[in-house]
Amino acid sequence: MMASASVRISLLFVAIGLLSLFFADIAITSINPWKDLTALFIGIVTPDFLSLQGMGTALLRTIAFAFTGVALGSVSGFLLALAFRWRVVRMFSAFIRAIHELFWALIFLQFFGFHPLTGVLAIAIPYAGIFAKVYSDILDEVDPTPARVLPAGTSTFSAFLYARVPDALPHLATYTAYRLECGLRSSAVLGFVGLPTLGFYLESSFSQGFYSEVGALLILFYVLIATLRFWARPRLVPFYIIAAPFFLGDGLPIVWGNVVRFFTEDIVPSPIRNGDGIAGLATWLSELTLHEALPGIWNTLVLTQVALVLTGICTLIAFPLISRHFGGPKRRGIGHILLVIARSTPEYMLAYILLQLWGPSMLPAIVALALHNGGIIGHLIGKRSNEIRLRPDAPQGCDRYHYELLPRLYRPFIAFLLYRWEIIMRETAILGILGIYTLGFYVDSAIQNIQFDRAMVLILITASLNILVDTISRRVRQHLKLRTSVTCEGH
Amino acid sequence: MDALRLNNLTAAYGGQQVLGPITLEIREGERIGLVGRSGAGKSTLLSLLYDRVRDQAALVPQEQGLVQSLSVFHNVYMGRLSTHSRWYNLTNLVWPRQRELREIRPILEKLSISDKLREPVEALSGGQKQRTAVARALYQNANILLADEPVSALDGPLAHVVMGIMAEAYSTSVIAIHDIDLALRYCHRIVGIQDGQIALDAASDRLSPADILPLY
Repeated sequence: MMASASVRISLLFVAIGLLSLFFADIAITSINPWKDLTALFIGIVTPDFLSLQGMGTALLRTIAFAFTGVALGSVSGFLLALAFRWRVVRMFSAFIRAIHELFWALIFLQFFGFHPLTGVLAIAIPYAGIFAKVYSDILDEVDPTPARVLPAGTSTFSAFLYARVPDALPHLATYTAYRLECGLRSSAVLGFVGLPTLGFYLESSFSQGFYSEVGALLILFYVLIATLRFWARPRLVPFYIIAAPFFLGDGLPIVWGNVVRFFTEDIVPSPIRNGDGIAGLATWLSELTLHEALPGIWNTLVLTQVALVLTGICTLIAFPLISRHFGGPKRRGIGHILLVIARSTPEYMLAYILLQLWGPSMLPAIVALALHNGGIIGHLIGKRSNEIRLRPDAPQGCDRYHYELLPRLYRPFIAFLLYRWEIIMRETAILGILGIYTLGFYVDSAIQNIQFDRAMVLILITASLNILVDTISRRVRQHLKLRTSVTCEGH
Repeated sequence: MDALRLNNLTAAYGGQQVLGPITLEIREGERIGLVGRSGAGKSTLLSLLYDRVRDQAALVPQEQGLVQSLSVFHNVYMGRLSTHSRWYNLTNLVWPRQRELREIRPILEKLSISDKLREPVEALSGGQKQRTAVARALYQNANILLADEPVSALDGPLAHVVMGIMAEAYSTSVIAIHDIDLALRYCHRIVGIQDGQIALDAASDRLSPADILPLY
């Protein structure tokens, strides 16, 4: 059998995925999952926009947190990108983006409480790390010859301004706009930890079984994201950014005593706080590793690998839905709607819904991750397939898929999957908050038990795991000589 | 300026020596034409020369070095970024200064692209882009002009006009050019490069096209 390097790597990933599936808990434990699913479906097709109080406020807060957080992240990320040639800046950026926005929110909640700053920083900090990396990539991609021909003695500032920024600007703007969409999703999900955004209302409607309210909230959210490019016009964006901080709500005031206590007492490992010395610290650490970190890491890895393979399968099924090589405009229209829904629903929200329906196991998380990420990559690959011109007598249908399109699209497909690998792992860890035994579960339990020292250690472990996977993914991409365009939408 | 003597210029690519060692003297008031088949090392030699004399040279690289999304005016203005303060440069980027427009417009008129003054470079044709790159070098007004195929995208008469303008503005220059007639007509001295070495170095009034042809 002909086996190119990318096929061999895929087979390896599939093998690891199957092996992980063997260890994964994928039972459906709820008594009547299909009845609840039907009820939810009926709720979505009969949305109730009127009964829910404060739906407008929920949307307004979701938008306000997204704009403020993304704007702050974008400016800080740009400044970091300028200093990106220093290793310490690169490591700092990798570290802050390796911690999920919900973890940041959980940390800030402990000392800022329900102050708007908690939500804004939870988005701004990880986004700054992502912006720093992508902005720096974009600035590096700019044609270097204009800078080379500048007269000797040109100041660095003028050289940057004339020879770098203008050609990078459209790419920077495109990427920032894409990130704004992600910011809306992040902002909505922050509601699940108690901030006044969409997720908060979704959770409360769901737990009371008001499925028509859930349907209304979801539909409003899809409309918000699908119409983003119509209402978030480049000329209007500055006004939104100036206005957004005024619509964050008041929340609760910051108690500065809590902030001080958090840093000087709460996060100090308890053996040190209690004066148990190095021996005590060693026992504390080994106990934490054995009972929380290792099981958490194991479950996170298992879930990630299964979800990654299923994401790939979803992508391969999804991309023909929007490809102009299959079916007419009507079918493609339906395909677009399906993919918009799949990629606009945050994994966390989807996993929450499926978990309510199917009961606690890894299955809801796997399906949620695969649907969301498969929707994103399927959209990108589908767009890519539309750029391919086939000869007029090219085969049709199944043969066209296997002989003409798949071989041409396989490398970008693998590249996007590898890009998403780290993101899937970040999400997997965070889904633990919902009660699946990944790292997030142990972080959340530690916080519930007011053991912030344990929580911090576990968050640091999660961040290291993400950085490790990111490194492996980069190595594999280099090995396969994969290079995707600078727009980096796969991020 | 004094004569420039550049000793032992060498270039390696992937561990293999592709150019030199070459020693070249550029005398003041001398226009040198670099000829040779593509891949012989002309661009590499020009690039090495530029690295040595950066503080007194203007370069027109083969890739032109234009910022595609900036206007022709701004691209030409970039030739003198070093003579203005950063704040002047910043404000001029947003609102082009009348003073700069007055200086740059005549250069573009000579090159017949003044109607493109405010157009972004990406909207121009290949020949117009090439003239924009030449205009930037003219505006920079350095001591030496180094140009790599500066008229390759221009048709007959226009190529002569642009070569003439460059000769008038820069008394000292090194121009890589594959058109033998243009080289003989606008350069005092012809340096032929073959396999990374100087294979010919003579005054152009003592050469005929037949002497240069074997290099190709």
